[in-house]
Amino acid sequence: MNIVEIIENDKITVRISGEIDGSNVNEVETTLKASSEKSSNLVIDLKELEYISSAGLRVFLIIRKLTESAGHKMILKNVTEDVMEIFTVTGFVNLLTIEA
Amino acid sequence: MNKLTIDAKTENLHQIFQFLTTELEKIGCEKKTIRQCKLCAEEIFLNISSYAYHPETGLVNITMDTVGSPYPVKLVFSFSDEGKPFDPLSKESPDIDASLDERQIGGLGIFLVKTTMDHVSYEYRDGQNILTIEKNIGTKPKETI
Repeated sequence: MNIVEIIENDKITVRISGEIDGSNVNEVETTLKASSEKSSNLVIDLKELEYISSAGLRVFLIIRKLTESAGHKMILKNVTEDVMEIFTVTGFVNLLTIEA
Repeated sequence: MNKLTIDAKTENLHQIFQFLTTELEKIGCEKKTIRQCKLCAEEIFLNISSYAYHPETGLVNITMDTVGSPYPVKLVFSFSDEGKPFDPLSKESPDIDASLDERQIGGLGIFLVKTTMDHVSYEYRDGQNILTIEKNIGTKPKETI
């Protein structure tokens, strides 16, 4: 798993590639929490994310709730078919803002 | 039957992934099937590592069997531990239609196992929690070069 943070004027993009699983999810949570506090516009780019388990879903839900209560935006983009399948069966498609 | 016995610790997750991937590739499983099996193994293993022996630790036995010859049509995995008796299937499934405010954080792991696999069963026998999962994989023969 690899995380890259790109800071621009009006947004922060966090690119997560590889696999989010129970052994590395704490790193994802810490990074996303910190990023979400730095900007009111958080973009999570999942173009190269190949695998996510419930541990990763839990983190997306936590960050989604955090940004929502702060009045900030959180957008997921470039979600792969494999990851989208997990978002769909768990109903996360309705909780997250997902862009093509 | 292939078997892996391992300490129920989160840091051992990738050894389980390695075991499963190697065994499933050997019989020519599709990538999607391998991903689904990894997902279920993670959810079950982390459940055991988080709760079964808490706050101590202990062992998990994972077995993988195939049904069908010469081409396997079904995968059968079992996960057993000697921790506290606990039936993970007794937990209520999360409400996947709940709104963001009402959405609960737990319960998704076993829900994913139930959704992804074709059959899931639990028993407590001889001091062991035994969770058995089955996945139908069709009859596609392994590609030969």
